[in-house]
Amino acid sequence: MASALHYSDALIAGVLRRVRTIAMVGASPNWKRPSNFAMKYLQGKGYRVIPVNPRAAAGGVSILGEKACASLDEAPAPVDMVDVFRGSGAALGIVREAIRLREEKRIQVVWMQLGVRNDEAAAEAAAAGLTVIMDRCPKIEYGRLSGELGWGGVNSGVISSRRQRLAPAPGRGRQR
Amino acid sequence: MSEEAKQEAGSEADTGGDGDGTRESGGGLGFETRMIHAGVGPDPVTGSRQTPIHQTSAYAFHDADHAASLFNLQTFGFIYSRLGNPTVAALEERIASLEGGRGATGAASGHAAQVLAFFPLIEAGERFAASNRLYGGSVTQFSRTFPKFDWRCDFVDTEDLSAVEAVLAQGAKALFVESLANPGGVVTDLEPLAERTRAAGALLIVDNTLATPWLCRPFEWGADLIVHSTTKFLSGNGTVIGGAVVDSGRFDWSASGRFPGLSGPEPAYHGLRFSETFGDLAFTVHSHAVGLRDLGASMAPMNAFLTLLGLETLALRMERHCRNAQVVAEWLEGHPKVSWVSYAGLKSSPYRDLAAKYMPEGAGSVFTFGVRGGYEAGIRVVEACDLFSHLANVGDARSLIIHPASTTHRQLSDEQRAAAGAGPDVVRLSIGLETVDDLIRDLDRALAAA
Repeated sequence: MASALHYSDALIAGVLRRVRTIAMVGASPNWKRPSNFAMKYLQGKGYRVIPVNPRAAAGGVSILGEKACASLDEAPAPVDMVDVFRGSGAALGIVREAIRLREEKRIQVVWMQLGVRNDEAAAEAAAAGLTVIMDRCPKIEYGRLSGELGWGGVNSGVISSRRQRLAPAPGRGRQR
Repeated sequence: MSEEAKQEAGSEADTGGDGDGTRESGGGLGFETRMIHAGVGPDPVTGSRQTPIHQTSAYAFHDADHAASLFNLQTFGFIYSRLGNPTVAALEERIASLEGGRGATGAASGHAAQVLAFFPLIEAGERFAASNRLYGGSVTQFSRTFPKFDWRCDFVDTEDLSAVEAVLAQGAKALFVESLANPGGVVTDLEPLAERTRAAGALLIVDNTLATPWLCRPFEWGADLIVHSTTKFLSGNGTVIGGAVVDSGRFDWSASGRFPGLSGPEPAYHGLRFSETFGDLAFTVHSHAVGLRDLGASMAPMNAFLTLLGLETLALRMERHCRNAQVVAEWLEGHPKVSWVSYAGLKSSPYRDLAAKYMPEGAGSVFTFGVRGGYEAGIRVVEACDLFSHLANVGDARSLIIHPASTTHRQLSDEQRAAAGAGPDVVRLSIGLETVDDLIRDLDRALAAA
């Protein structure tokens, strides 16, 4: 097992602040699946989440109000971040596609979900100038840094004497 | 979701400049900083700097979709104070931070925390093991009440590692010990026990009540779960009853397959698998969403608030508790009416080296001594004190005294009492924060009466 990954809170908060549109590769139409949980939460925080799921796309299925795309190629630009909700083995192919499309789609960040880690994919993405985060969940990180995760007794690691501003959700608001 | 809901819920992720960012350590901040700051900042709505007491049963939903998301565990938030409360959550996060854990769950008492700890782990008909040197109340809970759930506990001498291996080989899914055992000056050698439980695919659960995370941090020695009676040193003033179970976040429930409560589908949440959906948060989410939901032994917000206040001074108090205890123990050891003193800070203690390893800042302030004259003499010492309070608690700012054989450990058999260090001549002290010379004078007077 490779060494544990450490990302500074500043890096993750910066990504979550900067990003507006997320292509979620592996988003499930089944509301009981973790990807659907994460997508719904992120939509609630004002992100546009475009599901990439070939099977759902073939069936003409929309997920949480967004038409599913068969591939990253089909996702409308801009895609600020690609969220890999697939196994570590599938990550390399997805990340290479993201690298290929990075200018066309204006991709800045490749994020691999909690439990997903592919060091080769990460190295290639970083070499292509993309910000890479692995083995984290954007929903959990958003919740952690905003204080919501602490509502469930979780150790957020966030300590600050500053009074948080109740800012509007980032981005353009939820598309329905 | 309504426009207002978006406005409210989307508080901007602002880290306050925590540059280090290691998830486990609170950004590398020190223990004393975290005992004051972890878990809560200024209230974002009002600016209240001290933690508000959220004295409410329930929480308004923004709309039906928000309610559904909360009930489905799709978003974070509060529904009903049996499942979670903001004041309790602040305490939970603070305790988790101080222990270096991933999350914590508050409970109505230490005993409730113990039920919550085992609840996701042990199915009917399954076994766990526990040290035979435990607080008598825990022995009774495990041996008398848990069998009603068909949870079976085997008590084992944890200083006999081959006995520990044997009980784990027989299918014990967890081993429960106290880092510093109540009542008597016994320090548990956690590291080899953690090696044994890890090899057996079982959990090491440590009751860290008497040591507190200031003196001992069991996760650093391989423990998987920690339980606390927060009634004791964490709150520190003898004001409230409370408990907590803390998860290290390190046990891989999915890989293990032995813990279907956490890795298998949960019918009441539409087949959701906690370990798959919540990763290393699985235990903490489960213990709120299922454990507190169905067991109902939740901590009250006022109790959480008083415990948060106590925690702000934990390190300072523990330093003085330990210093006073060391002085009193050394003095007792030289007293002609005292046959022995069991305090791990003494040179005479067989646990002195273990104390130096696991709790180098001090061996706590709860310990026992033997009075010449046995059972009757023990009772007379207790009754003759003017400053030590005769009551069944430990970890108060006040010094406390009790005769375990006739009180806290009276439900046990003679053999169980002997194993637990609660024989007929044993007197237990919980040394408080008073002027230590006054404590010695009080004990001297009481011993003269014995």
